[in-house]
Amino acid sequence: MNTVAVVDYGMGNLRSVVKALEHEAPSGTRVLLTEDAATIGEAERVVFPGQGAARDCMAALTARGLDRVLKGVALDRPFLGICMGMQVLVDYSEENGGTDCLGVLGGRVRFFGEDLRGPDDGLRLKIPHMGWNQVHQETDHPLWRGIAQDSRFYFVHSYYLEAGDPALVAASTDYGIRFTSAIARENIFAIQCHPEKSAAPGLTLLRNFMRWDGKE
Amino acid sequence: MLAKRIIPCLDVDRGRVVKGVNFVEIRDAGDPVEIAQRYDAEGADEITFLDITASHDERETMVHVVEEVASQVFIPLTVGGGIRRVEDIRRLLNAGADKVSINTAAVYNPEFVREAAERVGSQCIVVAIDAKRVSAPDEPPQWEIFTHGGRKHTGLDAVDWARRMVACGAGEILLTSMDRDGTRQGFDIELTRAVSDAVRVPVIASGGVGTLQHLVDGVTLGHADAVLAASIFHFGQHTVGEAKHYMAERGVEVRL
Repeated sequence: MNTVAVVDYGMGNLRSVVKALEHEAPSGTRVLLTEDAATIGEAERVVFPGQGAARDCMAALTARGLDRVLKGVALDRPFLGICMGMQVLVDYSEENGGTDCLGVLGGRVRFFGEDLRGPDDGLRLKIPHMGWNQVHQETDHPLWRGIAQDSRFYFVHSYYLEAGDPALVAASTDYGIRFTSAIARENIFAIQCHPEKSAAPGLTLLRNFMRWDGKE
Repeated sequence: MLAKRIIPCLDVDRGRVVKGVNFVEIRDAGDPVEIAQRYDAEGADEITFLDITASHDERETMVHVVEEVASQVFIPLTVGGGIRRVEDIRRLLNAGADKVSINTAAVYNPEFVREAAERVGSQCIVVAIDAKRVSAPDEPPQWEIFTHGGRKHTGLDAVDWARRMVACGAGEILLTSMDRDGTRQGFDIELTRAVSDAVRVPVIASGGVGTLQHLVDGVTLGHADAVLAASIFHFGQHTVGEAKHYMAERGVEVRL
């Protein structure tokens, strides 16, 4: 039986992620919400969600010994990071006065800033960046299959990722600045928005992930 | 660019949608799942459930409603009404809600908002503000917070209160004009703009929508980040899709 492990480390509501994956799972695929290292290690696919602050997320992962587990599974199987699960994959986040992250991929996480302004009207943009924004696909990745260019996905975040290498950028989004909204390398794909809350395009992405062989 | 959100609001009493949602071709007009699916299909950006169940014992029903809806509808869900403890919030989030809206409890215990935001994150905490204009027509406008459906005044200034709630960790403000609620005369634009310009978090305008132009005005004149409406959608007057096309034609960025 195929299993998808959804990594549960006590950070936020993961029920929605599980429900959306179950909704799109091929028959014979089990979706397991788990913090158990062995279960995660044995799963064919791993989904790493998360919300909250970077420091809390890193502390929760370390306390459960999941930081090492994640670095391991991120090497060799289809791996999907969502929201905070994307941000803590890179080297460092500015959040909480500076937080060292997993360093699975090169990059830094930065604050949008208190004085972010719209390009047309100069009006101050709200933080968090909350709502439906366009995801501009920068690469022809298998996870984008069936999703129209510039489709809208649901975002909630105050920090954004800056990829260490432009080759990692799988999508970008405009909010006062143009930021990286998805990154990908080999078997890893990670996205800033919430596909589990993004209606049809989000469900398509999850469906693609559950059928993905982990190759770009 | 980020789209302005359109949020239909459903009143739920003991697990049933009330105030007569009137869709054609719907099998059960009171079924929250069916109605939420319908709004999702029409392009609603989010759905808000307001639990108006009077009896505390029957509040558990709302948790089951959220579970059912969240397994079928994959857009953000917000639940408000009667939330007084962090435990209430956890149960709703675990059932599949994305945000909870705190109203009266925030007024009587502002620290509750801080505690809730620290425990579950600001992104899950909406503070609902019910405001009424208290200034005379020839005075500079001023609004006060009211509770209990507009019956109890609190002496709190609405704009100051919004700032304070954001400082406590509110991730979003749901702003209802008690003067306009139910009148179909449009949002209180001055109130919406005053609050939206005063805080750095998104503001949802609510109360008074009677026409599609009111939705546009809430965004363009009121600076709202999202607009919430009930009856205009429930009674089949307009679909969410029509509302979005109308807004798009008038230059408002929406998700089509």
